[in-house]
Amino acid sequence: MLDSPPQQVGVVTESTAGETRVAATPDSVRRLLSLGYEVVVEPGAGAASGFSDDAYNEAGARVGDAWQADVVLKVNAPSHEEIPKLRDGAVLIGLIAPAHNPGLVDELAERSITVLSMDAVPRISRAQSMDVLSSMANIAGYRAVIEAAHVFGRFFTGQVTAAGKVPPAKVLVAGAGVAGLAAIGAAGSLGAVVRATDPRAEVAEQVRSMGGEFLAVEVEQEVSSDGYAKATSEAYDRRAAEIYSEQAKDVDIIITTALIPGRPAPRLITAADVASMKPGSVIVDMAAAQGGNVEGTVSGKAIVTDNDVTIIGYTDLAGRLPAQASQLYGTNLVNLLRLLTPGKDGRLTLDFDDVVQRSVTVVRDGEKTWPPPPVEVSAAPARRIPAPPAATPQIKEARLSPVVRYGLIGLGMLAMFLLIAFSPAQLVGNFTVFALAVVIGYYVIGKVHHALHTPLMSVTNAISGIVVVGALLQIGHAGPAVSVLSFVAIMLTTVNIFGGFAVTRRMLGMFSKG
Amino acid sequence: MNSTTAAHAADIVAALLFIFSLAGLSQHRTSRAGVAYGMAGMALALVATVVAASQDVSATAVLLIVVATVIGGAVGLWRARKVEMTQMPELIAVLHSLVGLAAVLVGWNSYYEVEAHGAAQTAVTQDLLGIHHAEVFIGIFIGAVTFTGSIVAFLKLSGRIKSRPLTLPAKNALNLGALTAFVGLTIWFTVAPSLGLMIAVTALALTLGWHLVVSIGGGDMPVVVSMLNSYSGWAAAAAGFLLNNNLLIVTGALVGSSGAYLSYIMCKAMNRSFISVIAGGFGVEAPSGGETEQGEHRETTAEETAELLENATSVIITPGYGMAVAQAQHPVAELTQALRRRGVQVRFGVHPVAGRLPGHMNVLLAEARVPYDVVLEMDEINDDFGGTTVVLVIGANDTVNPAAEEDPSSPIAGMPVLRVWEAENVIVFKRSMSSGYAGVQNPLFFRENSRMLFGDAKESVERILRSLSATDPGSAASSEGREAAGQPTPV
Repeated sequence: MLDSPPQQVGVVTESTAGETRVAATPDSVRRLLSLGYEVVVEPGAGAASGFSDDAYNEAGARVGDAWQADVVLKVNAPSHEEIPKLRDGAVLIGLIAPAHNPGLVDELAERSITVLSMDAVPRISRAQSMDVLSSMANIAGYRAVIEAAHVFGRFFTGQVTAAGKVPPAKVLVAGAGVAGLAAIGAAGSLGAVVRATDPRAEVAEQVRSMGGEFLAVEVEQEVSSDGYAKATSEAYDRRAAEIYSEQAKDVDIIITTALIPGRPAPRLITAADVASMKPGSVIVDMAAAQGGNVEGTVSGKAIVTDNDVTIIGYTDLAGRLPAQASQLYGTNLVNLLRLLTPGKDGRLTLDFDDVVQRSVTVVRDGEKTWPPPPVEVSAAPARRIPAPPAATPQIKEARLSPVVRYGLIGLGMLAMFLLIAFSPAQLVGNFTVFALAVVIGYYVIGKVHHALHTPLMSVTNAISGIVVVGALLQIGHAGPAVSVLSFVAIMLTTVNIFGGFAVTRRMLGMFSKG
Repeated sequence: MNSTTAAHAADIVAALLFIFSLAGLSQHRTSRAGVAYGMAGMALALVATVVAASQDVSATAVLLIVVATVIGGAVGLWRARKVEMTQMPELIAVLHSLVGLAAVLVGWNSYYEVEAHGAAQTAVTQDLLGIHHAEVFIGIFIGAVTFTGSIVAFLKLSGRIKSRPLTLPAKNALNLGALTAFVGLTIWFTVAPSLGLMIAVTALALTLGWHLVVSIGGGDMPVVVSMLNSYSGWAAAAAGFLLNNNLLIVTGALVGSSGAYLSYIMCKAMNRSFISVIAGGFGVEAPSGGETEQGEHRETTAEETAELLENATSVIITPGYGMAVAQAQHPVAELTQALRRRGVQVRFGVHPVAGRLPGHMNVLLAEARVPYDVVLEMDEINDDFGGTTVVLVIGANDTVNPAAEEDPSSPIAGMPVLRVWEAENVIVFKRSMSSGYAGVQNPLFFRENSRMLFGDAKESVERILRSLSATDPGSAASSEGREAAGQPTPV
């Protein structure tokens, strides 16, 4: 392995119309170099994202023919014209969308190349750093709110001004995935009242954490086991449709994000709902590319209905923030390559035992490997449910039942009573002193500040050196053996007394107030 | 007033002064006065006892007292002056062992004074003799357990022996057996005192003390040390019963109950019963859950952390034993000062069982001159993590483990922990990905808002400091900020 030269990573210009993103930024180029790769960037690849060829050069990349590289990084799936440009044995990494483009996958498999699809990264926590869908959805959700605000002719935030009161805008977000949550956060921070719906009841908490109100659809639902929303039941759909109809009349902005993997987007907002909205309202349909959640959406365009409602169907929302979208996508790619380059030696190796690497691989050496075996998501709450019973015995152990507790106290008291009642007078006096001192000690110590526990221990250490009194009373009595032992005991305990007090003073001297 | 009543009066005044001493230690403001009360009480007790004793013993004995006091005092002062604050747990453990040993010696002396003379003795009246026999045994037993227990604790704390718990088969049965044997021996000795029995009970108690502590792991040391503190008190109290001396009884009981209370606080902080700590074995039981999904952690660099800190409004530092091991408290204090100068709010969140001694972290931070009013305990700060920009976890692991709250099958489930994960960013200073003392994987490391900063904690903090000072906003601005933060210029 060591004698072979490092592989080249090529960053190519995107050919898809309107695409502004690029698969690597100067920053991610540096990190690719640190993995041992050489990086070639096609001239002008980063222009649309605002990264000049010089910036790539400065980062250590070479500007040249990127298609001939060993590993080609792309954003979108390659076109028919681009596939032949790849050399044999090359690795292509991009957003292939194999579920939507079976024809493309077959075409790619005709070449002896390896194709990895970034949108096939499984949703497990280990792979979060490579999850492009999440990183792009995050940007798109934010941008959806900005697009809506741009078209919407009013403030988002409610204000009371000298010129009168402005009510806050009401925003409904349908689907609380990554995009939905980002939209909730962005709309909320602009000051709008935000509501959200989602078939997965377990996301209610996340919605609230972003400052939104969760509109629950109260119908029995199954728990998602793979992290994505599933198709919904009939009863659910009916109740949900009612909610959407009610909300459409009330809210000013609707942002829909509902997608089901490998299927057309579910229809959430009907034409009747749109017609019931107030004039000037805005709908952003983030599922426009998959057919749209809203009846009447035109993919890639913004249209205005007869009752003056704007329906935005842009499919390039993430690309409208090109520099950041490229940066996040580039980082996702670097994280995947880090996984594929365990030796950091610039040699890409594919390990099919690793579930992430298996899942992203669509074509391996000209052999179609799509679809991969299903992956169970770690974050699924279903697994946690059986656990709680295990906790119960521990709690029982810690807290005795009242009967047992009072029984024990009573027994202890009885034992004390008997012990003292049968003791000689001298011992009774000793016990009195002892019992009172224990109680005083308990209450005095109970008030001690946590920070002073160590000084407390060293002081109690010093004063427990009071055992010296015993030795002092014994020394010089009853022969040399006693004197020797007493001498040693006095020596030991004075170490305690002097050492304990001195070290406590030293410690307390250190405590100072700011 | 005669010499006896004077001695009694001195005893009671000294006992009161000790109570004042402990009460004074409850707050920072009165803590120094508390130490002064304690010293006064001790001085009074010693003078009164020596004066009373010197009336009926030879000049040689008085000389011996002086020599012993000078030697012991010198050693004590020398150790107190030299000890590193990170070694406080070791020092405390050694001091406990001395009290234990002294109690054993007092018990043996009492045997030589009374029981060794057989029926010819006159020191103790006939009706109290049986009780005296039992007291000798109880005193020696507690003292010896304290002695070897503390020695083992010292060896573990100073790393001279492995801190991993030793698990002998049927160790609980062994401990219970030893206790039963002790009761049997005591009854036997009460009926027929003999030197053989004295040796037997001493050996038994020494072994029990050794076994008791050697089977408890390093992370439970806060409980062990406060438990030994308690034992050393009970040992003194037992000596008091033996000698019919109320001062010893009062002091012993004060120390004993204070140690017991501290143990109780420590156990509560770990959500474990005292019995389960003594019975040993956090790391022993195999963790039943939380092992399946480890997830991926993300690394960060000192430079990135510095940048994050610079732009933070609020920072909380949660130190643990690792900070003491790396001796990182001084750079941490400097970092605190640097950030406060920039107007960043910096506070510390200290878990009750952080470190190897109750209050250990507080002493370390105080040594490094971190003002104590920014060092807060868990209950005071736990609700504030939500509004915090950055949390620095320095050498802590189990005390910040979210599994304790979220995973009911976790071995540390239910233990109160610092909820650091609620902050925006968590930086974990750690040597490697190994699990904490409890052997439990920490899901905190795999959270999305967590970053790992690997390496020696001290070096990491120093690197952060260097990149912070590289971007220092200039002396004028910094002195202004210093005034704003109410921070005196360090000289």
